[in-house]
Amino acid sequence: MEIIKKYPKVFQWLFLLAVFFALCFAIEVPETYKFIRGQAEFVKDPNQSTFIFLGKEVRYYAFDVFWRLPPLLGWLPIWINDSLFFLMNEWMPMEFWNEDTQEFKTRPLLLQISRNLTAFMTFLIELIREILLGGLETIVAFTSWDFIDAYPWAELPGLPWTIVAAGFAILSYKLSGKGLAIFAGLTMVYISIFGQWKPSMQTLSFILVAAPLSFAFGLGLGIAAFKSKRVEKALYPILLVMQTMPQYAVLVPALVLFGVGDHAAVIITMVVAIPPMILLTLLGLRAIPPEVIEAGRMSGCTNWQLMFKVLIPTARRDILIGVNQVIMVCFSMAVISAFIGAKGLGFNLLLALNQLNIGLALEAGLCISLIAILLDKMSLAWANKQIDYFGNLTFYERNKNLIFFGGAFIVGIILAYIGSFYFKEGFNYLFEVPHNKGISTADFWNKGVDWIFETFFVYIKAFNTWLIQEVLQPMRALYLRMPAVATLVLVVGAGYLIGGIRSALVVCALTLFIALSPWWDRALVTTYMATFGVIISCIIGFTVGTLCFQNKNSAKFMLGVCDIFQTFPSFVYLIPVMMLFGITDTSVLIAVIVYATIPATRYTIEGLRSVPAGLHDAATMSGVNKFQRLTKIEFPLAFPHMMLGLNQTIVFALFMVIIGAFIGTEDLGQYILKALSDKNGAGIGLTLGICVAFIGLIFDNLIRTYVGKRKKHLGID
Amino acid sequence: MSEAIIKCENVYKIFGSNAQKMLQDANGNVDAKTFQENGCIVGVNDASFEVSKGEMLVVMGLSGSGKSTLLRCISRLTEATGGKIFIEGQDLLKLNNKELINLRRNKMGMVFQSFALLPHKTVVENIAFPLQIKGIKTEDSISKAMDMVKLVGLDGRENYFPRELSGGQQQRVGIARSLAVEPDIWFLDEPFSALDPLIRKEMQDEFLRLQEKLQKTIMFITHDFDEALKLADRIAIMKDGIIEQLDTPANIVLNPATEYVKKFTEEVPREKVLTIEDVMDRSDADSSDLKVLKDEIIENVAEKILTQEKAVSVIDRDNKVVGSINPSKIIQTVFGGRKNNN
Repeated sequence: MEIIKKYPKVFQWLFLLAVFFALCFAIEVPETYKFIRGQAEFVKDPNQSTFIFLGKEVRYYAFDVFWRLPPLLGWLPIWINDSLFFLMNEWMPMEFWNEDTQEFKTRPLLLQISRNLTAFMTFLIELIREILLGGLETIVAFTSWDFIDAYPWAELPGLPWTIVAAGFAILSYKLSGKGLAIFAGLTMVYISIFGQWKPSMQTLSFILVAAPLSFAFGLGLGIAAFKSKRVEKALYPILLVMQTMPQYAVLVPALVLFGVGDHAAVIITMVVAIPPMILLTLLGLRAIPPEVIEAGRMSGCTNWQLMFKVLIPTARRDILIGVNQVIMVCFSMAVISAFIGAKGLGFNLLLALNQLNIGLALEAGLCISLIAILLDKMSLAWANKQIDYFGNLTFYERNKNLIFFGGAFIVGIILAYIGSFYFKEGFNYLFEVPHNKGISTADFWNKGVDWIFETFFVYIKAFNTWLIQEVLQPMRALYLRMPAVATLVLVVGAGYLIGGIRSALVVCALTLFIALSPWWDRALVTTYMATFGVIISCIIGFTVGTLCFQNKNSAKFMLGVCDIFQTFPSFVYLIPVMMLFGITDTSVLIAVIVYATIPATRYTIEGLRSVPAGLHDAATMSGVNKFQRLTKIEFPLAFPHMMLGLNQTIVFALFMVIIGAFIGTEDLGQYILKALSDKNGAGIGLTLGICVAFIGLIFDNLIRTYVGKRKKHLGID
Repeated sequence: MSEAIIKCENVYKIFGSNAQKMLQDANGNVDAKTFQENGCIVGVNDASFEVSKGEMLVVMGLSGSGKSTLLRCISRLTEATGGKIFIEGQDLLKLNNKELINLRRNKMGMVFQSFALLPHKTVVENIAFPLQIKGIKTEDSISKAMDMVKLVGLDGRENYFPRELSGGQQQRVGIARSLAVEPDIWFLDEPFSALDPLIRKEMQDEFLRLQEKLQKTIMFITHDFDEALKLADRIAIMKDGIIEQLDTPANIVLNPATEYVKKFTEEVPREKVLTIEDVMDRSDADSSDLKVLKDEIIENVAEKILTQEKAVSVIDRDNKVVGSINPSKIIQTVFGGRKNNN
């Protein structure tokens, strides 16, 4: 009894586990239960039960409610779908003036809004794209098709790649200096020489529209939330869900609302990229010391000046992280939105992956990653740029970058002109290296992959088989063996023990939503894959982080590595694993592990770093050795921050698991992918996305509550 | 006394959702306890005073005494719940936003305890900030800011960032920034509290030097009674939002109005605060060879006076005898009136 009194928490947890296992053993697996045809899958089968809600018929396989809850929310995706269609096609018909036919036309309001938005986005993308690559549409937008027909010369010529490359290098030099300039130059030359110019510029034009717009909207909404509690309260739940919603899932509703193409991709990218920007803006603005605001006021700032000259620059650090996130998301979406018809590198990457042309995929992936890193570094340098007031500069010195660019412009055009004589037949390589006409190392990589396969096939296969048969299958079976009631008890109990009744209720609601949706089994599979990934990622991340922390330089190096890896679009991670493990669950899991290790490592190092120096000294003076200091001082204090890392790791893992559906997994992701090609997929996709988001949010809630309590207990911030 | 630059009449600041109504109901009789029971916190309670041109009023109080809140009411960083505040005769609380901004741009400067420098701007950019906000051209504002850099002795560091400076240097930037627009009214909110004792003393001397030169109208907030004595023309001592006593340093030391004020004055070395005039007997009998100026701090002339056996004449700046002082009075002042002897 005394032990119970001494460690009440431990016994509460043990009790919870005991109840959980008791339930697992008490509830038998129904004989009719099979995974694939688990529950409502929208196929007709005489064995199914049905119910009707709001005029929608839901078919499902009925089990004992203790084993699997009936999909009472089965009508939700259909209902969402119908509502979307109704809103788009029937709601609020109004008269709109049509430019082309010169007459009024009746159209539903939302459709018209969607059309206008689409036209606007298309114009922006086309404008940038045509500056980079040349074309007609921009001119058409300002004049008309008749004009183009009448004047065949009226075509916007694209910039030769030499000029764009020089422009990037000079801009990088102005922003940061030699290092970045060389990097920018090399990146552009690489892209051009490897024949990725056109798709790269298409992707770039997409990013150059999506990123600034996301930044502006995110900043604006962040400011609005900072200024008004009401806006914040309204935004907060949406932000939370969006943060954990897999990017795939938003594609489907976008398809319905905006159709297929670059414009839809831009809009949907904004939807995904804006929430982190809002959160970070809000975080940054919140952290400003009140005296700085007062100082601004007393300097006589108007509200506008206060916001843009005092608050935002002071919150710069967090806002920059936001910019970094926006760019990251944009590139990630640049690939994913190829599913809804965005042109560019992402499309090539998907195509190459589909054809199992790993070499080509690698080159495209490298291009995306290089451009992502370049833009990230450039935006960072821009924000950190200082003005020199005292340099007594001549006209040349002040404008040398412009002069150089002018020079490069002229030289580039002359080169392209010469090129047009030199490369008489075929392609003018000094103007643009056409797609697939550059150097390609794809064959080399493909042969390499083949060689690896042939040489190590036995070992890889053996490892693969072992992992799948001995680890993954049993784990998966265990997860599926959990009766729904047992899972609910476990999750809600954990919520109660960690955060009291409030947490328990939140977690219960989230879990119930998934349990009552038609995809509980799939959610279990998703969770199992994520769990596996998270466990391994955490082991690797915490170990690597702890080891790197022992030395200042290695810690700094590791954080740099994390930064770069984080900039890679998530899809890129699939390339090397497919090289090695082919199309299997193992590939997906390894991609998950690599991707999710990044936050685990980063947060470990950051957490350990944040331990106050005074405590180090105190510990050293108490005569601890290195190991004792780590276990007695640093780990306990860094633990809350490391748990936040765990939170991120879970979100990253979930994202990757969902993306892994592209390779072929049997979880929620597979259905999201399916929904993309389904006419009625919007509702399904969205509901599935919400399910994944809720899995993330369950852990998010538990971990955050725990961290909050722990931090309070330790007296950290 | 010259004209009042700052004038407060029955200023109240009460935090809480129904503060306005409660204040009206209280009818000028605000009791902190009753308010607290109703969820309101009294920040400033019935403050009335004037600060005249070129005068330095030091508001002294411990943390939570409402001194910073009072300052923020007068600079209108927070809105006073009740009462009237006049700045150069203008009713501050009636100004609209534009007028308020104008007032701040041209008449007011403020220095903060935690410096409140903009982290993304260099020293000179920080100082030029209020000028640029006013819309002055970059070139002019920078050159003006450079003058300020020199004034506070930071030449050579104008391109440093705040994070690269020591606390004392950062506060010099804060001071320079608040002076850049050449304000008439200067608010200082515990400007030296975050500094080391030696730096603090140095900055106080520097501050006195600046004030000698600039003659601003100053409200200076501090929790350090010694600092208040050293700098102030007059001191207001606050407790729980109420001004307990407002008087010259000498009068506060000699005649503390309340028990609370007395606690501060007990430990004060009087010879360092009081002048001869404060303790002399008023008479115009010229009785001695040794003459002391009435404005001298006692400490500086005590040794001279104590060598005398009879009373020493006190003169003013025109060499007119205005009183006399007995050596025994000096001894009584130095050793009498302290805690243990009472």
